Amino acid sequence: MAGSAAPSRSAQAGESLRHESAHLHVSGRAAYADDIPLPAGSLHAAFGLSRIAHGRIKSLDLSAVRAAPGVVAVVTAADVPGENNYGGIVHDDPIFAGQQVEYHGQPLFAVAAMSYGAARRAVALAKIDYEELPALLDIRSALAAESYVIPSQRLQRGEPQAVLASAPQRLSGTVVMGGQDHFYLEGQIAVAIPQEDGALLIHSSTQHPTEVQHMVAHAMALHAHDVTVQCRRMGGGFGGKESQPALIAAAAAILARKTGRAVKLRLDRDADMVMTGKRHDFLADYEVGFDAQGRILALRLMLASRCGYSADLSGPVNDRAICHIDNAYFLEHVELVSHRCKTHTVSNTAFRGFGGPQGMMVIEGIVDDIARTLKADPLDVRRVNYYGIGERDVTPYGQVVEDNVLHTISDQLEASSDYRARRAAIAAFNAQSPVIKKGIALTPVKFGISFNATIYNQAGALLQVYNDGTVLLNHGGTEMGQGLYTKVLQVVATELGLPRAAIRVSATDTSKVPNTSATAASSGSDLNGKAAQAAAQTIRQRLIDFACAQYQLAPEQIRFADGQVQLGERGISFAELVRAAYHARISLSATGFYRTPKIHWDKATLTGRPFYYFAYGAAVAEVAIDTLSGELQILAVDILHDVGKSLNPVLDIGQIEGGFLQGAGWLTCEELWWNARGELKTHAPSTYKIPTARDWPARFRVSLLQDEPNREDTIYRSKAVGEPPLMLGMAVFHAARDACAAARGGDGLSHLQAPATAEAILRAIGGLEPLA
Amino acid sequence: MASPPEDSIRFLLDGQLQEVHGLPATTTLLEYLREHAQRTGSKEGCAEGDCGACTVVLGERCGGTLRYRAINSCIRFLPTIDGKELVTVESLQAPDGSLHPVQQAMVDCHGSQCGFCTPGFVMSLFAQYLQQASADRAAVVDALSGNLCRCTGYRPIIEAGCRMHEYAAPTHWSRAELQNPQRLADLEALQREQALRLPGFIAPRNLKELAQARLEAPEALLLAGGTDIGLWVTKLLRTLPALIYLGEVAELQQIEQDAGFLRIGAAVSLSDAWAAIVAAHPALTELAQRFASPPVRNSGTLGGNLANGSPIGDAMPPLMALGARIVLQCGEQQRELALEDFYLDYQKKDLQRGEFLAYVRVPLQAPAAFACYKLSKRFDQDISAVCAAFALQLENGLVREARIAYGGMAAIPARARQTEAALRGQPWNEATLAQAMQALAQDFKPLSDMRASAAYRLRGAQNLLRRFYLHSLPDAPALRVTALEN
Repeated sequence: MAGSAAPSRSAQAGESLRHESAHLHVSGRAAYADDIPLPAGSLHAAFGLSRIAHGRIKSLDLSAVRAAPGVVAVVTAADVPGENNYGGIVHDDPIFAGQQVEYHGQPLFAVAAMSYGAARRAVALAKIDYEELPALLDIRSALAAESYVIPSQRLQRGEPQAVLASAPQRLSGTVVMGGQDHFYLEGQIAVAIPQEDGALLIHSSTQHPTEVQHMVAHAMALHAHDVTVQCRRMGGGFGGKESQPALIAAAAAILARKTGRAVKLRLDRDADMVMTGKRHDFLADYEVGFDAQGRILALRLMLASRCGYSADLSGPVNDRAICHIDNAYFLEHVELVSHRCKTHTVSNTAFRGFGGPQGMMVIEGIVDDIARTLKADPLDVRRVNYYGIGERDVTPYGQVVEDNVLHTISDQLEASSDYRARRAAIAAFNAQSPVIKKGIALTPVKFGISFNATIYNQAGALLQVYNDGTVLLNHGGTEMGQGLYTKVLQVVATELGLPRAAIRVSATDTSKVPNTSATAASSGSDLNGKAAQAAAQTIRQRLIDFACAQYQLAPEQIRFADGQVQLGERGISFAELVRAAYHARISLSATGFYRTPKIHWDKATLTGRPFYYFAYGAAVAEVAIDTLSGELQILAVDILHDVGKSLNPVLDIGQIEGGFLQGAGWLTCEELWWNARGELKTHAPSTYKIPTARDWPARFRVSLLQDEPNREDTIYRSKAVGEPPLMLGMAVFHAARDACAAARGGDGLSHLQAPATAEAILRAIGGLEPLA
Repeated sequence: MASPPEDSIRFLLDGQLQEVHGLPATTTLLEYLREHAQRTGSKEGCAEGDCGACTVVLGERCGGTLRYRAINSCIRFLPTIDGKELVTVESLQAPDGSLHPVQQAMVDCHGSQCGFCTPGFVMSLFAQYLQQASADRAAVVDALSGNLCRCTGYRPIIEAGCRMHEYAAPTHWSRAELQNPQRLADLEALQREQALRLPGFIAPRNLKELAQARLEAPEALLLAGGTDIGLWVTKLLRTLPALIYLGEVAELQQIEQDAGFLRIGAAVSLSDAWAAIVAAHPALTELAQRFASPPVRNSGTLGGNLANGSPIGDAMPPLMALGARIVLQCGEQQRELALEDFYLDYQKKDLQRGEFLAYVRVPLQAPAAFACYKLSKRFDQDISAVCAAFALQLENGLVREARIAYGGMAAIPARARQTEAALRGQPWNEATLAQAMQALAQDFKPLSDMRASAAYRLRGAQNLLRRFYLHSLPDAPALRVTALEN
């Protein structure tokens, strides 16, 4: 039981290698940004926040803040050397608000002080006089006011209006779902350290080092080459550290410039939850026409999301919602309008699934409503609507679904979970159980892989081989727990035939690999794995060329395996070959680059092939509800998920299980609650409840779909796994819907909306009115 | 060892005596570890004792052996670990670098992803490892209810907890440490004869010293486990008045039986207090398990929960329904009153200047029908939207006596007097139940907030009474979703 990596352990792709930092995690030796020793004289920073949701600042008196014990510097919008903005797409995100305040918790100024406590105590001393203005706080109010952060989008295919008019059955309704806080365990943090000649080194907990680099440079009126951003690991990201870290890093950089000292800016949990964006809450008003089997003939839909005060990533998030409104289902005649509502609340942002989960929740709600109208098993209605193979296989945005494994997955899972027998057993249980009702659901997932914006589908890697035969790997992807560093290490180990211990992955660093994309859209291993593979293949080819010349061999006589290189009949160690190559003055470092093929997207018409391929999965959940209290319990879960040919089965299962429970949390116990003044009152774990260990069901089975390698040429035919499993959590919500329907007597719709808190469940079954 | 100086905090860390001078009394243990001891393995995730990333283990003498318990270092003030042993995540690895079985099981089961919560999970499991020779799933889940993980879905961590006992005993931190005579002696040597006194902090050794200190400084703040007061510092950024710490007062650490009552000292931890109460009243098993989390229960005290008097404190409804009493002391004078009479209005108690809560007296006699239910968004480690306790004496099918108390329904935890009246003397049947549920709407006008709407609180409160009624029927239907795991 050694505490570190066993040196001889093979690390080939496809093996269940443990997380490369596991031994550091468990012993407290894995360093996060807050653990990095600071230079002498470093300062600690805190933000001063708005206490109103919408209004104008009449006066901002910071004299008491400046005079507070330990305070070294105070900065406001006027102190930003460059552009006062951290919005990556639309430049509408001020680092510090000027006159205009647009949400409760918006940063107005920042303080650097001798200690974390001194900075936090100081910011509370600001005297601010506001002129309050009426605030739009929710989607309906924003829709009524036609308040949008960016223009609405419309997608139409076929003749939805006409087909709807002639459909045998029609139904209209509304699907509503709440947002979600990321609740990464490590809050937002950046350390800005001044370097010589005006340069800056930033340690940032970020999924997007390049964007932090660029936003800091813009804010500081510097160039990109003046700013270096490093991130060894994050304590969780989930999308929350895609655009938001730029704000933290920029403020730290401004204070570092002002004081000439290193500045650490770490948000306490409450500030983090109040100040930073979350998953968009959505609502959808729909009108659907269908036949007696529940097959959807036409759908008209108004989709609206709460974007908050600025655009941030709301455009792409809502575009992805549009691209996932179909989920697994063929929608022949469809009309979709998507409104991106501006409200006086925090600007919502990326969150695992990135609008996809919301789009899919809408169609799943509609399918469920159809099934309950027809008194059919929702699974049958789902399956009758699945994309076909070779027919009924074009998405509303025009991409052909070429790799459909929905039917395979559903067949296998329906059988392995014993879905039909359990449904019958549940009906029997419910018939004799007046208070507790059970429900079951099988929900599918089809999730498009690639950034919708084609430009981001590129990646770079830098591979350095030292003359002792060890390898240092750097790539543009970031490690947030998902095991990306492990998987990319496995790629290099496979290409060079090296054991794990021969390869070290260094911190992601903008000075090593430039112009990287966010580690997002599930694309981390697809992009960076291929880039690293390219770099490794370059090195390997150089070594082969060298060996052929040196030892008079043909290329096919040379093999790399187990840290050895087979040279015809004889084998030498990789290190020996490398040393020989070094002596022959062969370059031992290489960059690798990858861009995803085949994809294209027309933003104006919302058509194209935005996704290289699709990842699939399905889950069966069985739950019980208490019709007196509304309490919910997950009883059992069966999951079958498609990761193509797995790069690392245990890491993939980890993503599936974690994603599933995070999705289930979003749709059950996690509730964001704002008061009438626009103050978020669920801003800490005491009030915002993510699942705990007890919420993981005792009965569960998670399986990877076998013998279905990716049909596209991805890294070793694997599939992305970061986001898709989150939507497996929909099975829990739909099982709860099923139980609610049973509680209502089994006829009519289930009125449950997400999140399915105890209160929402009691409301859905008509049991909320107090007895007076 | 020489007698410890009065003005420095002394504790063991990795077998070494640590002496800390000059830090403010409200320095948290986590702040000490991260900022002053260069031990950054323990993490701050929330600074309110809710996420568990900061979990460490405290060891202390208990009878002739050692007892190790997980606590939240983020809200525990440093002076309160004086005389104890501190174990952090950095302590577990053996000098030769080998991982402890708890750590190895976490690695082997793939129990970490981002790794930020991991040190806290390791320490919660480590406390479990030392205290129990084996663990089943239920025990592991209970032990982990104060630790949040956002990455894994918990399955591999639960598995690690179930498997950690299968590994060979380590050379470092095996269960044999519970009897380690050297450790016992080292801790013994740290015990004080004089109260620890720091600027703004005193830890009286006995009731007499406490009463004296209280009289001398009636404006001082009484500190017990600090699981609420800690947040006044970490979250509200308050500057606290002088602190009088109850944790070293010998008499207040005791649980005794007297004249049909359990007498629980105000410094008894929630863990120990609930164990004693549940032994007498098994109906409170679930509430005790759902009361905060193990690290909070290990630091926090029952006395603190009652004296704090939050409208959503979970100890009050069941203790009121049982007819618990509290003993208040001022100087050498003691007086006793019914728990419900202690709460006058929101944050207003029947507590005189210089007075303190010394004991809680919980009747040992169980009512004929007794239950306590809690409603919250999440089953484990959540604050109640509604907490309800029902105690009935039944005689020939009639309700002879009813004591019903609720939390979360008003500005203070309170008896439901009109509901009780609607039941008293009536047959215990559906018609009476309906009357009582309606009466409840007269007893309480709850508020809407982030935990629940007023409508849900009231209807939920009414339905819990119905649940209690159904539960008392001979052919009660299935009533709890949590009882359906298989």
